[in-house]
Amino acid sequence: MPPGQATAPLLSARSLCLERGGRELFRQLSFDVLAGHLLQIEGANGAGKTSLIRILAGLSRYGFEGEVRRNAALLYLGHLPAVKALLTPRENLAWHVAGEGDYRPAAIDDALARVGLCGYEDVPSHALSAGQHRRVNLARLYLSDCPLWLLDEPFTAIDRAGVEQLESLLVEHVERGGAVVMTSHQALQVSYEVRFLSLLEGLVL
Amino acid sequence: MWTFFHKLGSPPWLYAISGSILRWLLPVTILALAVGLLWGLLFTAPDFRQGNSYRIIYIHVPAAVVALAGYYVMAIAGAISLIWKMKMADVAMKSAAPIGAALTFIALVTGAIWGKPTWGTWWVWDARITSMLILLFLYLGVVALYEAYDNKEAAGKACAVLSLVGTVNIPIIYKSVDWWYSLHQPASIKFTGESTIDPSMLYPLLLMITAFYALFTCCLLMNMRSELLKREARTNWVRKLALGGAQA
Amino acid sequence: MARTAGSDPERQPPGALAFCLRLLRRQLVLAVRRPIEIGNPLLFFAMVVALFPLGLGPAPDKLAGFAPGILWIIALLSNLLTSDAVFRGDFEDGSLEQLLLSPQPLYLSVLAYIAAHWLMTGLLLALVSPLFAVMLNLPGGALGALVLSLLLGSAVLSLVGCIGAALTVGLKRGGMLISLLILPLYMPVLIFGSAAVQAAVNGSAAGPYLAILGAMLCLAVALAPLAIAAGLRISIDA
Repeated sequence: MPPGQATAPLLSARSLCLERGGRELFRQLSFDVLAGHLLQIEGANGAGKTSLIRILAGLSRYGFEGEVRRNAALLYLGHLPAVKALLTPRENLAWHVAGEGDYRPAAIDDALARVGLCGYEDVPSHALSAGQHRRVNLARLYLSDCPLWLLDEPFTAIDRAGVEQLESLLVEHVERGGAVVMTSHQALQVSYEVRFLSLLEGLVL
Repeated sequence: MWTFFHKLGSPPWLYAISGSILRWLLPVTILALAVGLLWGLLFTAPDFRQGNSYRIIYIHVPAAVVALAGYYVMAIAGAISLIWKMKMADVAMKSAAPIGAALTFIALVTGAIWGKPTWGTWWVWDARITSMLILLFLYLGVVALYEAYDNKEAAGKACAVLSLVGTVNIPIIYKSVDWWYSLHQPASIKFTGESTIDPSMLYPLLLMITAFYALFTCCLLMNMRSELLKREARTNWVRKLALGGAQA
Repeated sequence: MARTAGSDPERQPPGALAFCLRLLRRQLVLAVRRPIEIGNPLLFFAMVVALFPLGLGPAPDKLAGFAPGILWIIALLSNLLTSDAVFRGDFEDGSLEQLLLSPQPLYLSVLAYIAAHWLMTGLLLALVSPLFAVMLNLPGGALGALVLSLLLGSAVLSLVGCIGAALTVGLKRGGMLISLLILPLYMPVLIFGSAAVQAAVNGSAAGPYLAILGAMLCLAVALAPLAIAAGLRISIDA
């Protein structure tokens, strides 16, 4: 499906306003995320990017004004990896996707292999590094059927090869009709059209 | 009608209308309290069994009644803020909690003062006093939970949930404690078992109860006003109010 | 729809009950892999049982007189200590966020957490309690009532305790606050739990008191998860 071919928006936000600690982080933010969009939220540290993505995901229910309408299943990866130290990567990943459906063990192992954790599937996670925990998270992206991905700083603790691999995964996802909304300190090095959302100015066209 | 509710969500309007209510309610309350106290303490006959020490009920019973009612006021305000997301309802809930706690404390202290000449000890674990004590803990829990949260909006929501949980539990607690007391103590003397109370004692008591309700409302409105000022300290209408007061 | 290597067009999200059971299994696996956390409340129970004779004197009839209350109070305190940790681990590593985002209803997921907590604390405590009852000279005829009252009552305590846990899980200085919140709610359970044991000691039927505990359990199962789910959403957002 060519990017940007509009059907119903996967996510729409209307007049979002947020105030924290007496500061107004954003006001009257309205935008739509359609299939094929790769949207990067821009802003300085502490500007409210994480707060915005949490509002979009539905984790923040109070404290903001405006409306968010979600029309598709979404997958949210935040700052915390949600990896239990006492479980192995295989068990952790199986739990991460448990809410979406039944996955064959082979599929889970395959996803772990794709993120470079082949051979570590049964190692208790307390023996793994933060980067490896992050990769267990990212393995979920290879398994999930959710069309809408909300990723908060997905490149944290990933080396350069991993960054390139993740960037191509994101492009693959949006080319197939999914959508990605993400925050990142680094600019994306992709050959796909990246839309930018500034917290203060809205969608930069 | 809806504009009324919509206006209730506006801090300056709420501040103004609570001010105008207080202007007449406060004198009425003070008058009612004064009349009730004088009537009850000086102009009623001493009790058949307890002599003059029973007079403390003119403070104890109203305090206890309004303390319990206050919890429900707090819980209802919390429910309104949680379910219908009305903005100023959490101000009402937050303001009601310390007042209710103070009234419960007054009820406990006056209960103890009553107990000394009647029973000989300062504290007796009877059903009424024990239930009042647990009510105090419930109030203090709400106050402590509010203070523990940094984000005050989340604090309001959490306290609303806690007050609702407490509301469901209060009948259970009262019934359990009542039953527990009857199990462990022979029901010889009931502390406030005066279901047949002489009318000459009843009327000042009713007046005091009404006065205490009015007192609760006054304290609630005053507390709400100061909470509103604190929350809206940086807005224009508060600034105008402060400057206007300085210039006047 | 995005298609990836493991995707399957007919994949349906699991039903609420199936997901709940998976969550229960996960919680039990996590608990079993750290056995010391199962042992701690039981050790606590044992040590506090020893405190009472040390404080009150070893006279057997005095201990026996207070035994129903003592056993119930210690069970209550053990439950209080373990309630704080029910959601904290998942909150701190981000698993709770993911749970709130899953399509399955939070009501049942919360019940899974509580069921796991009860199986690892209340149930074990109830089964081990006859040992401590004997140490406090509780008459043998009351042991059955003790175990049953603890089974029912500790389930209520788990449910109610998790309300406090959900409201305080996001707070850094949680600590004593959870005790302040839930001890008043524990009191009716204590009243009827110890009354059941006391009745058995006196030779009368403990049935009515156990029935009341059962009624409290039904009410708690119906209502507590609502409060807990609300509390979790508030804590995640704060």
